[in-house]
Amino acid sequence: MELIIRNTTNQPIYDQIYTQIKAQIISGRLQPGDALPSIRALAKDLKISVITTKRAYDELEADGFLYTVAGKGCFVAEKNLDLIREKQLKELEDHLAAAAALAKTCGVSREELHEMLRILLEEEL
Amino acid sequence: MNAIELSHIYKSFGDFSIQDLCLTVPSGTICGLVGENGAGKSTTIRLLMGALRPDSGNASVLGVDVSSREFLQIKEDVGVVLDEAYFPESLNAIQVGKIMAVTYRRWDQAAYERYLNRFDLPEKRQFKDFSRGMRMKLAIAVALSHQPKLLVLDEATAGLDPIVRDEVLDIFNEFTREEDHSILISSHILSDLEKLCDYIAFLHQGKLLFCEEKDRLLEEYGILMDSAEQVDCLLPEAVVAREASGYGGVRALVRRDLAPAGFQLEKPTVEDIILFLVKGAKTR
Repeated sequence: MELIIRNTTNQPIYDQIYTQIKAQIISGRLQPGDALPSIRALAKDLKISVITTKRAYDELEADGFLYTVAGKGCFVAEKNLDLIREKQLKELEDHLAAAAALAKTCGVSREELHEMLRILLEEEL
Repeated sequence: MNAIELSHIYKSFGDFSIQDLCLTVPSGTICGLVGENGAGKSTTIRLLMGALRPDSGNASVLGVDVSSREFLQIKEDVGVVLDEAYFPESLNAIQVGKIMAVTYRRWDQAAYERYLNRFDLPEKRQFKDFSRGMRMKLAIAVALSHQPKLLVLDEATAGLDPIVRDEVLDIFNEFTREEDHSILISSHILSDLEKLCDYIAFLHQGKLLFCEEKDRLLEEYGILMDSAEQVDCLLPEAVVAREASGYGGVRALVRRDLAPAGFQLEKPTVEDIILFLVKGAKTR
């Protein structure tokens, strides 16, 4: 797991931990069932406050990204990942639907739309 | 469990008094005690160690009332370093270790030797020839070697050079890796406390002005650099304190939640916050 805490941003430290762990869970770099460092160990390794680390973990747990096993530690949660993916797919569909609707109103043909998407994807790579 | 619990402590010394002091340090955390000279930091620590009796109120350490008999046992679990280290003048570090080994039941000789090594302390030199920094280092080594659960440090990093101070802070940080280890530390070097502490407690003229989580404190306030007119536009309760830089500029400590979103606020340090709070208290 990678965490980089910056003091230069105005983003609070607990929020930095929260977003970075969340991003790594969603991207799959942290797999369901993976053990996370204990709150105390993480705080001491990063040289930040125990309370701040706890706050980040608490929020991750409340949002269903982690679960805690008493006496064993914190682990990446399983089920919510499908839900998040589902949510993202839904969002993707909405964007595409909006694009399709816009293409219709300004008379872009189906082939042109496909071509546009193909070019965009190639540019990304 | 709470490592330290002070509730409604009053103690009067004629011209100076501690008033209604309530301070709690949860087990497993580090609390920094901040305040001006004569604000009552050392008095607080003496009350805590049972060296002073309060006029009223209760103090307990590691769950035991300091005025009770059992507190004598608890003292084994507390490592104390005061701003001056006192050991018999003619002893060297090895002899100090030998005395401590028969004083404390859980003396860890191997750990003591490790700390002597780490701190680069001479084994054979007499204590009276130690420099101030070496004296502090020896006191810290002794405090850590009897396996305490709570460290009480009164200006323990004063007189140490920046490199050793950093190493000592690292050791303190490592010490609290254990869940039941806690630290109460007072220091004038606020940047040290900012690095180390979970909580910051601020004493001012014998009263506890606040005891807050460090990161929340840093999130709560912001520094605004702007013209005097701009600062005057803010709600009066949003501005904690301000200082004019001359040439029309004003530097002010403001509460983020009361300041409008458009203002560019800089991140404060603990030092900024404390300095402005003291100033704010004086002008009011």
